[in-house]
Amino acid sequence: MEYVNPEGIREDGRRPLEMRHLHAEIGTVARADGSAVFEMGNTKVIAAVYGPREVQNRSQQLNDQALVRCEYTMPNFSTGDRMRKPKGDRRSTEISLVIRQTMEACILTHLMPRSQIDIYVQVLSADGGTRSACINAATLALADAGIPMRDLVTSCSAGYLNSTPLLDLSYFEDSAGGPDVTVGILPKLDKVTLLQMDARLPIDIFEIVVQLATEGCKAVANYIHEVLLENTKQLEYRRGL
Amino acid sequence: MEQRLANTWQMTVNEKKFIETALLSDLRVDGRRPFDYRRLIIKFGREDGLSEVQLGHTHVMGFVTSQLVQPYRDRPNEGTLAIFTEFSPMADPSFEAGRPGESAVELGRIIDRGLRESRAIDTESLCVVAGKFVWAIRIDLHILDNGGNLVDAANIAALAALSTFRRPECSLGGKDAQEVIVHPPETREPLPLIIHHLPIAVTFAFLGKDNIVVVDPTHYEEAVMGGRMTATVNMNGDVCAIQKAGGVGVMHSVIMQCLRIASVKAADMTTKIKNAVSTSLYAYSPQVESYKTERSQRMIKRHTSTAAVDVSEPSHKEINVLLRHHLERSTIRSGELIASSSNAMEIETQLSEQDEKQRDGGARTFIGGPSNWDPLSKGVDSDALKVSLASRGAVRANTKLEESKIENLDVFEQSHPLADVNPVPPLHEVAAIDLQTKGERTLKDAVKPKHKRKKKPSSKTDAS
Repeated sequence: MEYVNPEGIREDGRRPLEMRHLHAEIGTVARADGSAVFEMGNTKVIAAVYGPREVQNRSQQLNDQALVRCEYTMPNFSTGDRMRKPKGDRRSTEISLVIRQTMEACILTHLMPRSQIDIYVQVLSADGGTRSACINAATLALADAGIPMRDLVTSCSAGYLNSTPLLDLSYFEDSAGGPDVTVGILPKLDKVTLLQMDARLPIDIFEIVVQLATEGCKAVANYIHEVLLENTKQLEYRRGL
Repeated sequence: MEQRLANTWQMTVNEKKFIETALLSDLRVDGRRPFDYRRLIIKFGREDGLSEVQLGHTHVMGFVTSQLVQPYRDRPNEGTLAIFTEFSPMADPSFEAGRPGESAVELGRIIDRGLRESRAIDTESLCVVAGKFVWAIRIDLHILDNGGNLVDAANIAALAALSTFRRPECSLGGKDAQEVIVHPPETREPLPLIIHHLPIAVTFAFLGKDNIVVVDPTHYEEAVMGGRMTATVNMNGDVCAIQKAGGVGVMHSVIMQCLRIASVKAADMTTKIKNAVSTSLYAYSPQVESYKTERSQRMIKRHTSTAAVDVSEPSHKEINVLLRHHLERSTIRSGELIASSSNAMEIETQLSEQDEKQRDGGARTFIGGPSNWDPLSKGVDSDALKVSLASRGAVRANTKLEESKIENLDVFEQSHPLADVNPVPPLHEVAAIDLQTKGERTLKDAVKPKHKRKKKPSSKTDAS
C-alpha cells in the first residue's frame, strides 16, 4: 500500500512535511464563557469552556486550586460510518483524561481555588488528528474565556510510513497501522506536555518524528497567536478603542 | 489519582516536603536511587495463563483465557486481543466497585497499545477459519494492592500470563471440513501463543520544581508528582508506545534520556520475565519434574549457604557463574522465582570489586598458571579445580571471610535461607590451600612450621 508516491506526494496531495489547512473561529457558542471552532483539514472540532464557576459537586471541591473537568465526545455523524455508542466508551474516556491533564498543566489553577472549569469538546467531523484538534480548540476557548494560563498548548501529530516521516496524519494514513505520534507543547517555554505514541519505532527514528511533530506544533502556535491577535483587535474595535 | 471521592487519602504538607527535599539529595523515601526498580516477584498458578506479580507493595494478578468467536469484519483472518482491568476497591480506598474509573481505562489502554499496536502477539496464527472462527484472547488484570506504579506491574503480569498461556488445539472436521473441533488438553497438547517480542512498560515520575525524574514511583511519590510518563519499549530498542498524558511540561532532551533509561530497564526486565517463565514451565511439566528435583537436590549438596538475591534461575550451565561469584541461590519452590531489581547490577559490580580484592590478596599465593619457580608443575586449570572442589563439598570455615560475606548479605535483601549453615569459603582460598598440599613440596615447605596453616590469612601473605 503506497502512502507516499514516488514523486513524494501523499494521498491528499500534500508533501510529507506539509500540514493541513488550519482554520479557527472564536466565540461560536454564545452561552459559554469561551468557545472556539478549530479545523485541521477535514477534522473539525468545537470546544466550549464554562468557568471559573462554583463547584457543582461539593465533595470534589479543592481548597487550594480550581477543579478542571473535561468531556470529549464524538457524535454519531462525525465519522464515516455511523458510530454506535458515542459517549462513555474507553477511547473517549482516555482522551478526556488526556485533554484534562494537558490543560490542567497550563492553567494557573491556584489563582481560582474552590472553583470549577469545564471544558467540553465535540468532534464535528473526524479525519485523523482529532486529539490534536481538540487540544488546540480547548486552548483557544480557554483564551477566549479569559482564564489565566502559563502558555498556550498546541498539539500536532506525525507518523512514519513508507520510510518517510509524515506530518499531520489524515484518517487514511492513520489507519494504515503505522506509528502515530501526538505531541503537545508549551511553545514559549518549549516544553513537551503531551506525548502519545503507538505502534513500533526504533528510538532514533522516533526522535526524528517527535521533532517533526514539535515543529508542527510551533506552526499551529503561530497561527493561534494570529487568530487571538485578530480577535483582540475586533474586540477593541467594537468597544470603540 | 482519581479526581473525586470524599474518602480519598490526602497527603500532608510535611510528607510532600519531605519527599521533595529528599530527592534533592538523590534519595528516595524507601532507600532506592532515582532509577532503581523495586523488588519484583513473579509467581504462576496451577493453570496455564495465570500470573501474579508483586512489584514492591503493588500486587497484580493476570489471567488469560481464550474463546472462539467471529472475527471483525475488516480483519477476517486475525484473532483478537482484549484487555480488561479490574480495580478492586480493596486495593485503594479511592477505587470504586463497578464501572472502571478513568485511571483504570487509561491503564487498560496503555497496555493494550503496547501489546496490540506493536504486534507483540501474532494474531494471524489465531485464525481458524477465515471470516468465521478466530481465537479471541482475553486478558484480565486484577489489581489487588496499589503500592504505586500499577502500569508497570500490570504490564508484567499480562506478559507473564501470555507467555505461559496455552490455547487448545483445534482442527477442522465434520461435514466438508467446516466444523471446528476443539481438542481438550487431555487428548492433544495445547499450544502456546506466538509472541514476537515483550514490550515492557517503564514509568517515570517528574517530581518537584526542577522536575527530577524517578523510575517506578511509589504511591506516595505518585501523590506528589507533577507529571508522569510511561514508555513501553522492547529489548530490541524499539519504542512500542509512549503515554505522557499531560502533566508538567518537560524538555525534549529529558524525554529522550528517559527513553534511553527505559530501554536499559526493558532489557533487564525481559530477562527476568523469561527466566521466571522458563522456571515455571519446568516446574509443571511432568517429565521434567524429576530432572528438576534431582537437579535441585544436587544443588543442596553442593552449595550449602544462605541463598542470596540475584537474577536468573539455576541451570547447570550457570553453576560456574555461581561459583565464580561466591554466592549460591536455589529455587526449590516450584514455580516461584525471586528476582531482585536493579540490585542485580549493584550486586554484580560489588561482587567484581570483591573478587578483585580477594584476587589481589590471593594472587600472591595462587596464580592460575604453571608456577614459575617450579619447573615440574603443570599448572592448574582454575575452573576445573573449583568444580572438583565443589563436588567434594570442601567446606572450611574461614571466619574473616564469613564476616565479610555476612556483611554483604545484610546489605542486599535476603531471601529465605534454604539449606543451612556453613557458607562456602571463597574458592580461591580453598584452591590455594589445596594447591599447597597438592603441589610438589619444596625446601620452602620444609622450612615452614606445620601449625602455621591454622592462621590461614597470615600464611597467605607470607607464602610467595
